[in-house]
Amino acid sequence: MVDSTTTQIAADSLKNSHSESGSDWILHHVMDGNYLDFSPFAKIYLPHFELFGLDISITRHVVFMWLGALLLAIVMMRVAKAYKSSLIPKGFTNFWELFIVFVRDEIAKPTIGKGFEKFLPYLLTAFFFILFGNFLGLIPFSATFTSNIAVTTTMAVLSFLVIQFGGMRNNGVWGYFKGLVPHGVPILLLPLMVIVEFIGLLSKPFALAIRLFANMTAGHIVIYALISLLFVMQSYYWAGLVVPMALFIYGLEVLVALLQAYIFTMLSGLFIGMAVHQDH
Amino acid sequence: MEFASLAAGIGAGLTIIGGALGIGKLAAAAMEASGRQPEAAGTIRTSMIIAAALIEGISLFALVICFILAGK
Repeated sequence: MVDSTTTQIAADSLKNSHSESGSDWILHHVMDGNYLDFSPFAKIYLPHFELFGLDISITRHVVFMWLGALLLAIVMMRVAKAYKSSLIPKGFTNFWELFIVFVRDEIAKPTIGKGFEKFLPYLLTAFFFILFGNFLGLIPFSATFTSNIAVTTTMAVLSFLVIQFGGMRNNGVWGYFKGLVPHGVPILLLPLMVIVEFIGLLSKPFALAIRLFANMTAGHIVIYALISLLFVMQSYYWAGLVVPMALFIYGLEVLVALLQAYIFTMLSGLFIGMAVHQDH
Repeated sequence: MEFASLAAGIGAGLTIIGGALGIGKLAAAAMEASGRQPEAAGTIRTSMIIAAALIEGISLFALVICFILAGK
């Protein structure tokens, strides 16, 4: 015979097995995962690979990175082909020319100055890759691959390499390191200046990585936290407050997506300019 | 580790004070400069947005540490 205490125990154990604290729900949606989550409709499990003990399985962020790269390649190849027939763009090409000319005239030319054409491909690629990544993350049921610290660190390492090789190619290897320390520094301060400049060399790309990662993650976490307010209050009437606030933060996210791509590219250009033209 | 969430909350609050103060002063200076010379408003606006994104980047460093703490 099933009495009330056994039903109570069964109900409690069921509740405990499915319960998770609020932050688990938020983090579970924001972080990377091994399946593509179209939750009430479908769940696509992604393959698991391991190479020499390192986990290189295909995750959500990897799939969206491939999608972003594919989209970028298709769009840019169409734009490049359109310039073969006529130098005056129209329609689709015109739209992308807006951004390309913006990167060239507002980011590359003022920050790098003379010789900016050599770095323009890298700056354009960085800008559009981050832009596409940020905007892909705003589509429902998708994932933001720029909110993955591994992706942003890799982009920062690439910027670091471009900065160092650009500086060393223009000034020579020893000349580049000599030019790091400003002129007219008293001899006693020199060791301190060298240490400070080396730390500065490494900390600037690190800041680039963390800035992009934290901006993207924080935006999504705020939206999820607002929506989880509905579940905490357990009433539908809160939706009148929660949904407009979440939509407002979503609009802010669109602005932040554009802004962060611009900031990453502009700071990379600035550091390249400082490394290439080292006269303070 | 029972105070980890409390530490995360207090840390985030303190960080936001610093960031908001910085961006507030920046916006005030930008408004004043635009009022003095309305032709330069576009340039001032661009520089203001860049500086605001940099200040926000710093406050997000501390936010990342708060995330790590809150997860403990």
